[in-house]
Amino acid sequence: MSYPADFKYTKEHEWIKVEGNTATIGITTYAQDSLGDIVFVELPKVGAELAAGKTFGSVESVKAVSDLYAPASGTVTEVNPELATAPEKINKDAHSAWMLKMSLKNPGELNSLLSAADYEKFVAEEGGH
Amino acid sequence: MKHMTRKATRHVNQNEGLIFEKSGSGKAAWKLAPLDVPEVDTQALLGAAERSDLGNMPEVSEIEIIRHFTRLSTWNYAIDLGMYPLGSCTMKYNPRVNELVSRLDGIANAHPYQPEKISQGALRIIKTLSDCLLEITGMDAITLQPAAGAHGELTGLLLIRAYHDSKGAPRKKVLIPDSAHGTNPATAAMVGYAVENLKSNANGMVDVAALEAQMNEDVAALMLTNPNTLGVFEQEIHKIADILHAKGGLLYMDGANMNALVGKVRPGDFGVDVMHLNLHKTFSTPHGGGGPGSGPVAIRKQLEPFLPRPMLISKSDGTLAFDYDRPRSIGRVRSFYGNFGMFVRALAYILANGPDGLRQTTEDAVLNANYIRKGLEGTYDLPYSSASMHEVVFSDKVQAKKGVRTMDIAKRLIDYGFHPYTTAFPLIVPGALMIEPTESEPKEELDLFLEAMRSIAQEIEEDAELVRTAPHSTRVSRLDETAAARKPVLRWKPNSENHKSEV
Amino acid sequence: MLKAIGVNSIDDLFAPIPAEYRLNRDLKVPRQMAESEIVDWFRERSRENGDGHSTFLGAGVYYHYRPVIIDSLISRGEFLTAYTPYQAEISQGTLQSIFEFQTMICELTGMEVANASMYDGSTAAAEAVMMAVRLSGRRNVAVARSVHPEYREVLSTYAFHQGMPLATVPFEDSGRVNLREIERAVTTDTACVLVQSPNFFGTIEDVEAVAEIAHAKGAMVVVAIAETVSLGIIEPPRSADIIAMEAQSFGVPPGFGGPYCGVIATRESNVRQMPGRLVGQTTDRNGKRGFVLTLATREQHIRREKATSNICTNQALVALMVNIFMTVYGKVGLKELARHNLAKAAYAAQRFAKSASVLFAGVPRFNEFVVRTSEDPYAINSRLLGHKVVGGLPLKKFYPELGNASLWCCTELTSRSMIDTAVGLVGESERSVRSAKEETAEEVAR
Repeated sequence: MSYPADFKYTKEHEWIKVEGNTATIGITTYAQDSLGDIVFVELPKVGAELAAGKTFGSVESVKAVSDLYAPASGTVTEVNPELATAPEKINKDAHSAWMLKMSLKNPGELNSLLSAADYEKFVAEEGGH
Repeated sequence: MKHMTRKATRHVNQNEGLIFEKSGSGKAAWKLAPLDVPEVDTQALLGAAERSDLGNMPEVSEIEIIRHFTRLSTWNYAIDLGMYPLGSCTMKYNPRVNELVSRLDGIANAHPYQPEKISQGALRIIKTLSDCLLEITGMDAITLQPAAGAHGELTGLLLIRAYHDSKGAPRKKVLIPDSAHGTNPATAAMVGYAVENLKSNANGMVDVAALEAQMNEDVAALMLTNPNTLGVFEQEIHKIADILHAKGGLLYMDGANMNALVGKVRPGDFGVDVMHLNLHKTFSTPHGGGGPGSGPVAIRKQLEPFLPRPMLISKSDGTLAFDYDRPRSIGRVRSFYGNFGMFVRALAYILANGPDGLRQTTEDAVLNANYIRKGLEGTYDLPYSSASMHEVVFSDKVQAKKGVRTMDIAKRLIDYGFHPYTTAFPLIVPGALMIEPTESEPKEELDLFLEAMRSIAQEIEEDAELVRTAPHSTRVSRLDETAAARKPVLRWKPNSENHKSEV
Repeated sequence: MLKAIGVNSIDDLFAPIPAEYRLNRDLKVPRQMAESEIVDWFRERSRENGDGHSTFLGAGVYYHYRPVIIDSLISRGEFLTAYTPYQAEISQGTLQSIFEFQTMICELTGMEVANASMYDGSTAAAEAVMMAVRLSGRRNVAVARSVHPEYREVLSTYAFHQGMPLATVPFEDSGRVNLREIERAVTTDTACVLVQSPNFFGTIEDVEAVAEIAHAKGAMVVVAIAETVSLGIIEPPRSADIIAMEAQSFGVPPGFGGPYCGVIATRESNVRQMPGRLVGQTTDRNGKRGFVLTLATREQHIRREKATSNICTNQALVALMVNIFMTVYGKVGLKELARHNLAKAAYAAQRFAKSASVLFAGVPRFNEFVVRTSEDPYAINSRLLGHKVVGGLPLKKFYPELGNASLWCCTELTSRSMIDTAVGLVGESERSVRSAKEETAEEVAR
C-alpha cells in the first residue's frame, strides 16, 4: 500500500493533510481494508469543535463500528457531502475520500503525528499480530 | 460407519410475493356484525380529524392470507423441526400445553384494570410463579414486571443505583467482563454508569486478582454471567462476591445461563445480590421469532424497598392484591404488570416438571453439552479447556487455515438440516462456535449433529470452496447485507423496484 | 452417553461447582403434574378471573374481535419456535412478514420507517423520547398530563438517571393538552413534547397546533398512540417527528397486561437513532429478492455501551399477530371497524349524558369518554359487578381533580343492550343519590 508522503498519520488510522491553517482529514487505506465494506459515516456538523485525540464521529461496516479520533484540535469548516450517500468511496480510494476540513487551533499538535514511513512501519507491526 | 439417516432432503416449497402484490380492490377477509346503534355522521363528529384514505393497506381474501403466512412459515427453521444449538439462547422445546392454558378465556381476556375481586386467578398465578422462582434462585424478593432479559438488567441496575443512592453514596462505575453479552454494557450506559472492562484470565474466567485491583468505592456492581458465556462455572464466585461486598459493591448475575443451574445450585447461595431470569430461555416460553420474552428480577432483602410499583401482597383475608404505596420504589419499568402471558407458560412448565423434573432438565442439558464437546474435540479447536456446563465454545482456528471461518461452517450446517450455532460470540474467542444443545435433544439428534459437524470439517479439507459458499439448499443464499445497509429499503412501495416475480 | 464422555456419573459433570454451594435437597416447588392436572389447575384460575364478564374498560388495553386465523397461523411451529432471524437463509418467513409489518405501520401512521417492535406502548414512548434527546442534542422534555399515566411513570423511571428534566403540561377544560402551557414549557433546551392521541381520555389532540409551537423552538414532537384502531378513521399525526404506538388493539388479547406490541415509527432521516430491530430488502448472490436484519450497528450486540438502547428480545410473535390482523381488515375493513367503534361510543356517551355528566364533550373523540357521576364510581362499579358488568375505570387514582369521574370504552364488541344496561344502572344510582341530596337539602332548609 502506498501512503502519500505529504500526509501525516495517527495510530488510530486517520490521515491529515495540512495546507496553511487548514487540515483535511480521512481514514487510511489500511483502516478501510480492515473494516470491510463501509456502509455509513457519521460526521460532525460544520462549526463543530474538535479536540485532538477525542472522538468526532464513526464509520460503520455491516457488523462493526469504529470511532474516529481527531488528529488535531480545531473547528470544522467543511464536511464531504458525498460520503452521506456514497460511503463506498472510502473503500475505493481512502486517501482521496476526505471526510472533513478544519481550521487548526494549535498546529504544534501535528508534530507528534506519524510520517508516512513511520505509519507504514506501525501498520506492518500491527498487522503481524 | 453405521448407517445414518441424513437429517434433511431438498423439498419443493412454495414461492410467495409480498402481500401488497396480491392485493386487489374488493377482496376481503373480514365481516362485522350489523351495527346495533344508530349510524353516525363521521364528518360531524370528527371534522378535520377524519381520515379519508388508508393508503396502500392490502385487500385480500382469507384463503390468500392463510396461504401467504403458511408459505412464509415454511421458509423458517424452528425448534419443532430440529436441534437449534444457538449458544446462550437456550432453544429448548416449547410445550404445547403452555399455549393452551395461556389461551383460557379468563386468562387471555382478563383486563389489567379489572377489579382485584375478579382477578384472583391471575394474581394467584403471579404469586405461585414468584414463589417458585424465589425457591429456584434462593433470593428474597422478586418482580415480574420487566418484559425481557435486557429489560430485567435495566431494572436490576436501577435497583442497584437506588440502593447506593439511599446510602448517600452514589457510585459511578459498573465492572463488566470482556466475555459479557452486549446488553450488559448497553444497560449500564442507560442507567448512567460508566462501564469498566474486566479482563478474563487464561481459563476464560474472572481474573480475581484483576478484580481486586479494579474494585473500589466507585464501583456500584459487577455484572457477571454464571456460568459465563464460555459455559464455564465461575468457581471462585464466592471470592468474587466477597471482594465486591467488602468495598460495598453488589454482585449482579445475568441469568441467561440459568439452564445450567436450576435444581442443582442457587445464585442466592453463592453471594448474588441481584439477578434476572429469562423465562423465554430457562422456562420454555417460545422465542416466537425474537420475542416476547420476560425478565423477572430477583434480589436480596436490602434492595426490596426499591422494587418497581406495584408489588403483589397477601391480604389478611387470604386474597391477593397489588400494593402501589411504595415511596422508595424506582417506579415502573413497564405498563401494567409485565408479560403476564409468559408467566402462565413458565408456571405451566414448572408444574409439568416439579422438583425432580427441574433437576433432571439441568442434568440433561449439561450432559448433552458435554457429549457434543467430547464428540467434536479434536475436530475443532477448543480454546479453553475448563469444564463445560450447558454449552461449549469451540473456535475455527483449524479451519481458518483453509480460509473457512465460523460463519461459513454455520451456513454449511444449514445444508445438513440444522440451525447454526452462535457465531463470533463471546468476543474473547476469535472465530467462536458457541453450541448449546439444551436438554430437549435426544441422543439420535445429537449424533446427527456431530456427524454433520465432522462431515463439514472433512469437506473443508477436501473442498473448502463448497463450505465457503454455503448454503446451497436454501431459497436464498448469502444475502447482500452491505447493499441493505448502504441504501436501506425498509418498506414496500407501489411501483418501486421490488420485483414481482419470485422465480 | 456418560461413558462416551468419560465420566462415571452425572455428578462428575457438576464437579466444577464448589460442593458448599450445591443444593442437596429437592426444590420446594409443587410436585410434578400430569398434563390433565395442569389444565385443570389453570382452568380453576381462569374461573377465578372474571371469566364471563362484559366490560367497559379501555385505558390503553382494548377488547376487539380477534379473527380466528391469527392463532391458527401464529401457532405454526415455524413461527412460534424460531429465534430472532439472524440467519437470513432459514428465516425468510419471519423476515418477510416483518417487512410487511413495517410497511403497513408506515401506511397507517404516515411515517417513513417503523421498527419491528418494542416491549409495549409505555416503553416505546420512553424510548422515543430518549431518541428525540439524542437527535436534538437537548435534554428537556415536556409531557402532556393527558398521556397515559403509566406511560408517564415509565418515562420518568427511564429519564431519572439520564439527567432528563421532565415538565408535565396540564390539560384544559376541553380535555386536550393546554397549548398556552406548552408554549410556556417549550424552550430552546426542549428536546421534545410528548402527547398522546387519542389521549388517555379518548380525546383527539390537535397535534398540528402542538407541532407548530414545538417546531418553532426546534423541539421535536413525539406522539403516543395507544388505540391503533383509531387510525382507521382518524387522520394520523403527520406533523409528528416520532410516533410511539401500542398495537395491542390489532389482534392481541388483553391477557392481564401483556405481552403486547410497542412500535416506533419516524422519518427516514431519524432512522439511525431509532432503537429496535429493522428488516431491509436486498438481493442474494443470484439476484433474488430477500430480506435481512439491517442497520444492526445501532444495536447492543455491536455497539455495546454506545448502542441506541439495550433492547434485544422484542415482541416478534405479537407483531405477527398485529400483522395478520392488519392484513385481515386491510384498507376497507379497518375503516369500517373504526367507524363501528366511533358509533358505539357516540351512542353510549349520548345515553350517559342523560343521567350523568360527560366531560370533554366539545372536541372529537374516538371510542372512550369520561363520565362524572354524583356517586363514587367504585360504588357504582361494585353494583355493576353484581350484573357481571365491569364498569369504566375510576380516574381518582390518576386524576383526583376530576372527582367522581371514570373512563368508559366501547368497541365493536360492546352491544347496545350492554350499553343500555350499564346506562340504566348508572342512571338509577344517579337518581337515588340526587333525590337523597335533595332530601338533605330540604332537611337543611327546614
